[in-house]
Amino acid sequence: MEYENEKRMWSPLVERIGIPVILGAAVMLIAVFVPVLVWAQDAITQAMSVEYRDIPGIGSRNVIWVVAQQHLLLAGFVLGVPIFAWVCELVGWKTKEPRYDKLAKEFTKLLTSAYATTALFGGILLFLLIGLYPKLMAYLTDIFFPSFVVYCILFLLETCTLYMYWYGWDAMQGSKKGLHLFLGFLLNLFAIGIMIVPNAWATFQASPVVISEGSAIERAWAATWNPTWWPVNIHRLIANVVLGGFICGAYAGIRYLLAATKEEREHYDWMGYVGNFIGVFGMLPLPFAGYWLMREIYQYNQQMGITLMGGFLAWLFILQAMLIGVLFLGANYYFWMGITYRIPGSEQNYRKPILAMLVVLMICLGVWMTPHSLVASLEEARKMGGAHHPLLGVFGVMSAKMTVSNLMILVTFMSFIMYWRAGKQETATWAKVAKAVMGALLVIAGIAVIVLGVWGYFVPAIIRINYFSVAQVLIVLFIMLTFTPLTAALMKSAKTTTEMVWGQMPIRAGYCLVSNAVMVILLMSLMGYARSSSRVHWHIYGVMRDTSEYAYSPALGYAAAFMSLNTFLFCLLVAFIFWVATMGEKGKALPKEGLRESPGKVPEGIAPALAGGSPTSEEISRT
Amino acid sequence: MNRPLAKAALILIGMYIVLVYVLPLFTAPLPASLIYLYLALTLSAVLIYYTISGTTLEEFMGPIVRFLSGVDQVGPAKTARLLVLIVFPLLVGWQTYTRLAPSDLPPPENRTIHPAPPGEFVGLSNPFPKTPENIMMGKGLYAAYCSPCHGANYDGKGPAAPGFNPPPANFRDPGTIAQLQESYLFWRIKKGGVGLPVEGMPWKSAMPRWEVELPDEFIWKIIMGEYDGAGQSPRTWEEEE
Ligand code: HEC
Repeated sequence: MEYENEKRMWSPLVERIGIPVILGAAVMLIAVFVPVLVWAQDAITQAMSVEYRDIPGIGSRNVIWVVAQQHLLLAGFVLGVPIFAWVCELVGWKTKEPRYDKLAKEFTKLLTSAYATTALFGGILLFLLIGLYPKLMAYLTDIFFPSFVVYCILFLLETCTLYMYWYGWDAMQGSKKGLHLFLGFLLNLFAIGIMIVPNAWATFQASPVVISEGSAIERAWAATWNPTWWPVNIHRLIANVVLGGFICGAYAGIRYLLAATKEEREHYDWMGYVGNFIGVFGMLPLPFAGYWLMREIYQYNQQMGITLMGGFLAWLFILQAMLIGVLFLGANYYFWMGITYRIPGSEQNYRKPILAMLVVLMICLGVWMTPHSLVASLEEARKMGGAHHPLLGVFGVMSAKMTVSNLMILVTFMSFIMYWRAGKQETATWAKVAKAVMGALLVIAGIAVIVLGVWGYFVPAIIRINYFSVAQVLIVLFIMLTFTPLTAALMKSAKTTTEMVWGQMPIRAGYCLVSNAVMVILLMSLMGYARSSSRVHWHIYGVMRDTSEYAYSPALGYAAAFMSLNTFLFCLLVAFIFWVATMGEKGKALPKEGLRESPGKVPEGIAPALAGGSPTSEEISRT
Repeated sequence: MNRPLAKAALILIGMYIVLVYVLPLFTAPLPASLIYLYLALTLSAVLIYYTISGTTLEEFMGPIVRFLSGVDQVGPAKTARLLVLIVFPLLVGWQTYTRLAPSDLPPPENRTIHPAPPGEFVGLSNPFPKTPENIMMGKGLYAAYCSPCHGANYDGKGPAAPGFNPPPANFRDPGTIAQLQESYLFWRIKKGGVGLPVEGMPWKSAMPRWEVELPDEFIWKIIMGEYDGAGQSPRTWEEEE
């Protein structure tokens, strides 16, 4: 029956066009499809063996360079901000000061829009990597697949937590604050997970650990726990806090420059102060972490260590010294301006200490920036008897650099302590003793650091690295760890002689905050380049060679241009994110027009700082 | 009287004199790149110091701004301003010209003094024990083969040294062998100037490649003698007992 039916169904067709035609069509189909099938088979095998694809004109490496750097910078921001947003929230909860909570919320608002952009760039990066570097990606996937899964799960958790943290902010005030703080803690926990998992992939490329036996998980684990994984984790974690702090500082700086009301000026002045403070706070331990990382690299592979520190990448470290120097100066400059502008009448008292700190900082910078092999013309080199200067050549080696960076950290820390104590009068009976002890400790510490530094020239490298450098770091840490609680105890009972006045900072303070942020971004672009170019012509050092047409190190000028481009693009992105984040606020602010000061009646000479509203020197001297 | 502007000028000029005229009395003159660097640092220190507060900013920048704006100026001040406005651009132009004009000087060389060694030399260790005899033998070989260039005192001042650019390494300088591992020296001595990799450009080092003349054993012993004689010790990662 069925057959009958079918026959009936088919027969009209057969009748109409005839069997030969059908046969012909079938043959044709086969004739067409078989080659297609074969071709497809070819294409599959071919696709499997494609090692690289290129983007003509631009170059695959350049594209990855830009996208990866943007992704990393965004990620740094997105991971750094929740750390101190959470700390601010905690402080606000402990001290019951609502402005900290407000600040934390404002930071988190920046986070939500930045988070999506970061993920977007991560996606673009992944697609590009799969497309442009299939061989490498196939290998990495083979080794790291289990951690890809972990990464995805972490991402899901992070996203959920972030949404709950942000949208639940107002709902979870009061009795539920504890829960909200716990959410913030989870957010940071997952964020750190999200950072260290891909760090394993990147550090594996530099210091691979490959085991041939074992299950997939065992292999992934061995590759994850490679020699530079933890040094990079720690270094990045701290650097992210620095980046987040200074970018928030820059945000505050710009909002401060644009502020129209007294409240806004006060708020953003204070926010700039907090951002700068967090940035500096992170920057103090950063050199130690960097030192540890370099050490691990040297120990893992002398060749790579030399390429970085003594070979053709050594110049990057001179640039790094310059950028860090500018950053230290900028941060201190902001502190010092803070003292003279926010604490009326304090200027005379602080001139001398500020001058002393400035001189020390400058001398340290001079030493730090002096390269070992100098740029010199032939004639100059003849007179020096080589590329090393007979006297200043001693500034070029690690012992000197470590010493001055420790001293700079000490000075910056003292700037902060000075700022903290400014405008207050200790009342504690033991204040005099405490201050004397602190002064003596500081002098001893400074001398000890210098003595160890000089002595370092006369001992074998291993002694210097294992004992002297470590001792220097410990001395500085000791000072920080004793001074902070001591000062806190002193300040507890101190009475305030002059209240800090917010919203008085001059325009250049706002620009200073912006410049600090730009320096940090440049710095991260620079060191990002150093990290990945230290692998030279290897995708995975010593394991998989780069056989693409881009297996060469670009000239330093070319690389520097890319770093600048990356910095510029990232600033644009951040500006966009800020703009988006503040759009909603403007809509809300409009109906409240009545609350604003009416134009024309500007109270206490407050106008947008950009319009020259900062207090003039006459005003200062009048107070 | 407190005149920040005069002070700043004095500091800068003083710094310049020290760097350019005083320092060379004691040591080799500094290259221009370093002088620029130090002057730039001094200038930024001055600027930072005088712009920290409104009062100092006014004291420092006020006279400059008033002078340049030319408001209510009469007599010599007016002429001076005119002169500055004419001379300053000329100075900038001259500076630019001298920077860009072709000269017969060779360009500065950013030679990478310590390029990364080839993989096969990484991680070698000295197979000979550090006995007094071995060190003595190393020093003897050093005196015979190396001292003409690197100097009998290991200070890079051998009789043949003045003829070479780049000059023979000074082993007493903390920036040479004290930073390096023995395996690095082994490579450099064996392969010499011609064995330098691309980053070691330009390849005009006079350091001979000793692999033809000296057996490995001699080289390892020379390394021992070299460190001992220069009063340095090689970079190591594990501590030696
Ligand atoms: C013809 C002169 C000459 C002689 C002979 C000579 N050298 Fe050199 N050597 C140089 C010069 C020039 C350099 C610096 C340029 C360079 O690094 O290649 C140098 C560099 C070196 C370096 C590298 C130091 C550093 O910091 O990178 C070592 C090690 C060295 N010489 C060891 C030796 C030893 C050992 C001998 C004897 C077996 C020797 N040299 C003989 C000229 C010489």
